[in-house]
Amino acid sequence: MLQRIGTIAKNGLIKENPTFVLVLGMCPTLGVTTSAINGMGMGLATTFVLMMSNLVISCLKSVIPDKVRIPAFIVIIATFVTMLSMVMEAYLPALFESLGLFIPLIVVNCIVLARAESFASKNSPFYSLMDGLFMGLGFTLALTLLGLVRELLGSGSAFGMKFIEGDAMLLFVLAPGGFIGLGLLSAIVNHFRNK
Amino acid sequence: MAKKAESTLLNMVLVLTIIAVVSAAALAMINNVTEGPIKDAKQAKTEAAIKQVLPKFASLKSTKVLIEGDKDSTNCNLAYDAQNNLVGIAVEGSTEEGFSGHIGIMVGFDAEGNITGYNVLETQETPGLGSKAGEWFQKDGKGNVIGKNPGTNNITVSKDGGEVDAITAATISSRAFCNAIARSYQAFQLAKGGSNNE
Repeated sequence: MLQRIGTIAKNGLIKENPTFVLVLGMCPTLGVTTSAINGMGMGLATTFVLMMSNLVISCLKSVIPDKVRIPAFIVIIATFVTMLSMVMEAYLPALFESLGLFIPLIVVNCIVLARAESFASKNSPFYSLMDGLFMGLGFTLALTLLGLVRELLGSGSAFGMKFIEGDAMLLFVLAPGGFIGLGLLSAIVNHFRNK
Repeated sequence: MAKKAESTLLNMVLVLTIIAVVSAAALAMINNVTEGPIKDAKQAKTEAAIKQVLPKFASLKSTKVLIEGDKDSTNCNLAYDAQNNLVGIAVEGSTEEGFSGHIGIMVGFDAEGNITGYNVLETQETPGLGSKAGEWFQKDGKGNVIGKNPGTNNITVSKDGGEVDAITAATISSRAFCNAIARSYQAFQLAKGGSNNE
């Protein structure tokens, strides 16, 4: 069992990292990673949704008829996302403010549906939960890294702590910088993955 | 592995209905729990914003004014000192001319109309650029507007001949900000006129 969890962990974090390897969920990836904190917040929010939806879908996999599985998955995912957004707005208003726009988009984040379809609907609830956790952490890791790179280069700070006066390379805070940063990071990660 | 439920019409309708009903019930429950805190958080934010933008005051009175040409009225919070003199008005101003549409700000004016402070409440401006409006126009920011009076000072960006330095690479957001200030000043005049007539 431990070995199995190990494989799932390695898959989620490195081998099949949702962002760098599977290249899924690019919309929030490019949208929120203007700072490391934002990236991490988005990653953790997605992790929560992934774990819950994987768990529930895995529990229900034998009662959901094949032909309506996608709408059923979407309803379950959307429910968790809406819950998350309401809870966040109530208890973490500051984080909600910076991520607010992107929280509803977790519903259509392909990672969540992809894991439901390719893992949760074929595996037991416990392993599905683990898969959700590590896929989510892999996503969080990638988003935090990308956010950190963009924040460092774009505004000269890390996790909100400023190193330099004024602005750095503003390009990196904007959309083009997101693409450039993502491309470079993917290249680096894939270089080491293939070794 | 457990046998899959067959995709018969009855099964499909039943399963989807049950999932939808359970989801709706769960959401209703969460909504019930979070409704209060969400409202409190919003109100606390508004109050904190008023305190931040106005000089010291003893009591508050809110009123709504309608800026000419607007569909919705603007909230104004009139602040009085202990002797019931008007010390300032905090206007919940807004503009739709931002780079990404709506910008909501809280602007404090003293009784003469000088800007005593402001606070950006809602913005979807580009992170790292337009979103800097929160600090940029403050007293120690580069585009300081504090202490200026929209009645006598020209509160537009320098590119348009005004006195305000626009945010680097975010002229549209800066223009929108000036627009929001101008509109808040209109509301301030209306609210002040209203309070004098009482």
